[in-house]
Amino acid sequence: MTMETIEIANLLDTLELSLCAAIEKRTLKNPIMVGIHTGGAWIAEEMHRRLAIKEPLALLDISFYRDDFSRVGVNPKVKPSRLPLSLEGRDIILVDDVFYTGRTIRAALNEIFDYGRPEQVLLAVLIERDGRQVPIRPDCVGSEMTLEAGYRVKLTGPEPLVCVMQNVGEPVNA
Amino acid sequence: MREVENLQLNEQGQLQHFLSIEGLDKALLTEILDTAESFADIATQNVKKVPLLRGKTIVNLFFENSTRTRATFELAATRLSADILSMNIATSATSKGESLLDTIHNIEAMQVDMFVVRHSLSGAAHFIAQHVAPHVSVINAGDGQHEHPTQAMLDMFTIRRVKKQFTGLRVAIVGDILHSRVARSQIQALNTLGAEEVRVIAPKTLLPTDVESLGVSVYYDMAAGLKDVDVVIMLRLQKERMSSALLPSESEYFKCYGLSADKLKLADKNAVVMHPGPINRGVEISSKVADGAQSLILQQVSNGIAVRMAVLSMTMQNRRGQV
Repeated sequence: MTMETIEIANLLDTLELSLCAAIEKRTLKNPIMVGIHTGGAWIAEEMHRRLAIKEPLALLDISFYRDDFSRVGVNPKVKPSRLPLSLEGRDIILVDDVFYTGRTIRAALNEIFDYGRPEQVLLAVLIERDGRQVPIRPDCVGSEMTLEAGYRVKLTGPEPLVCVMQNVGEPVNA
Repeated sequence: MREVENLQLNEQGQLQHFLSIEGLDKALLTEILDTAESFADIATQNVKKVPLLRGKTIVNLFFENSTRTRATFELAATRLSADILSMNIATSATSKGESLLDTIHNIEAMQVDMFVVRHSLSGAAHFIAQHVAPHVSVINAGDGQHEHPTQAMLDMFTIRRVKKQFTGLRVAIVGDILHSRVARSQIQALNTLGAEEVRVIAPKTLLPTDVESLGVSVYYDMAAGLKDVDVVIMLRLQKERMSSALLPSESEYFKCYGLSADKLKLADKNAVVMHPGPINRGVEISSKVADGAQSLILQQVSNGIAVRMAVLSMTMQNRRGQV
């Protein structure tokens, strides 16, 4: 298995700038930032600090919302989601580390909408890689990349936050 | 008809039916407890529901009365987004002469995915599991005097949450062991999970013959049996299952085997008190103890939902013929 480290400092800067622009353009009011467990939560924590967002950081574990439950089963270590009591009418910034097939985001949106009807949801990811399988795309990205077959990008953390590209030999589903 | 020994597990050794604690190893019981831990948090959320079993149909088949078990299975299924139908068979088709298997096959023909069965005969859930289609799972919600595995697992979950681990734990089960399917499942679970000592405390008339073979130490006296225990599990006197005079009187029973605040002082000072319910106040347990600070009786009920959600989702995903 070959491994290559991706420098993420620049990616975080790019994502921050992109988020600032999007927040202004879409006139987000007092947004709630929601990080997807676990990698997305780390990126969300960083962006939450950089953008000085007032509302406390919210967390989402989408294990119970996944569409491949019958194939992979229940993960016995699911972290509880920490969302505000209601998301009705709120502006939301959803944050994940790597955007791949889009299925994680679909599951996250389903869970978010169980908590009410948000005014708008903006999606920010550190890395958007190729391999989209559903019609969902991020609004803000730190970097886009095209990976060869059998490669995957993985974020480890939280201290230090390291992003690696690995050859896992076979196609993987994120 | 499949082999009885492996009936609970699928080809990969995963839980497909949940019929008894007997025959399941420590890893599997621990997996149930860990999975339940994930589900426990759903009850604290604003939206107490996840879409895990959407589109699945579960049938509660209760040939015997139940309040807690039936209600918590219904809530567990509902919180997993499954559709659940509760049938009180005691007042339906069987009373018109339909056989058990005919009842099962008829409901199976309605494309159901799972049966949750309570029956007054030991082995009823096993029997049904042997005869259902391969993609249908069966969960035992109590069969005669045999086992009540989800009750035992919610008790284990409750104990683990408070005591953190089973190693070194002394547990006393007090009362009507003879008629108790709960006690049989608890003893199996505690021994499998590695408790230090499981004691049973009861008059001779309420103990099964050869009870030691279950892996317990036997006490006929509360004072000796409660000494230094970490967990006291009280059992209900099952008067409806008693055919002969096994007891002098209820007040006499309370004097000898009921749990009063004074007797509880004999146990470890951090001991907790449990009871599978329904409780008979003043018969096996005093109100002061049942409602006291050491009592976990209501936590047991809440935990029952999380444990049943774990068992429903695990068996549903492990059904034979699943891709």
